[in-house]
Amino acid sequence: MTLVLNRIDDRLIHGQVVVGWGQPLDVRFIVLVDDAVASSDWERELYRMGVPPEMELRFHSAAEAAPLLDQYRLDPHPGILLTGDITTMRELVLHGGVREVNIGGIHHRAGRRQYLRYVFLTPGEQQALRDVASLGALVTAQDVPAARAVPLEEMLAHAEDL
Amino acid sequence: MSDPTAKKALVAGHGDFAAGLISAVEAVTGRGDLLDPIEVKGLCGEDIQLLLRQRLETIGATVIFTDLQAGSCTMAARRLLREMPDVLLASGANLPMLLDFVMSSADDAREAARAAVERARAAISIYGAPT
Repeated sequence: MTLVLNRIDDRLIHGQVVVGWGQPLDVRFIVLVDDAVASSDWERELYRMGVPPEMELRFHSAAEAAPLLDQYRLDPHPGILLTGDITTMRELVLHGGVREVNIGGIHHRAGRRQYLRYVFLTPGEQQALRDVASLGALVTAQDVPAARAVPLEEMLAHAEDL
Repeated sequence: MSDPTAKKALVAGHGDFAAGLISAVEAVTGRGDLLDPIEVKGLCGEDIQLLLRQRLETIGATVIFTDLQAGSCTMAARRLLREMPDVLLASGANLPMLLDFVMSSADDAREAARAAVERARAAISIYGAPT
């Protein structure tokens, strides 16, 4: 097995990730890539307490993570790569060989416009996702496994209807 | 209790968890109005934290019930506890827990919540299908 999901989710570790994806994919480890979390003992402890004991949680900064991803792909168990923002995932696409990106949740904030129930983007973030796609990654939005994976361009076009 | 009609706790969780549980509390005890449902669909973690803080301050509550230990409401509440250490957070909330809480005669809502958590643990049973 390998990294079975490369997910952007501003809530990072939460129910959808640990239970919604974690259980059906039999996920044994999560690689959480976030500069702020990686540098804070308190943040790491907060997230560590959110995963079941049989699930391993690794923390890295974006710069640290990119060269390590090949090793994680060789892990015999399934794992999830998780970032809290598009910029960090873009780094991992550019330098870490990520080829499929799941938009799992980018929630409401001032200046963002709604694209899906769980995706809100600023114009800059919209462009950043297109940049990720132009680097060769397949970008889709899907909050939980039972939902349909919505292709990036379909999602962006859908905003016109909201 | 000083004001038996005041809201005593927030209830927050996935989907319609809060509204659903509170409707069940109301059906059983008629005291659903002691609990304040928090709706978090579409909110980022920071906004959930802000919402919890605003609701606690508005109604003067000191207790938060959440559904899932790893859920975004629990994570946001745990962050909030750094700023509001006197607030009590109970995750894994269920109907027996909330029933015990709203029926409590304790003067302090946190004391009522601690007792309710213990009661809820003991309220889980299985029957039949002998192994």
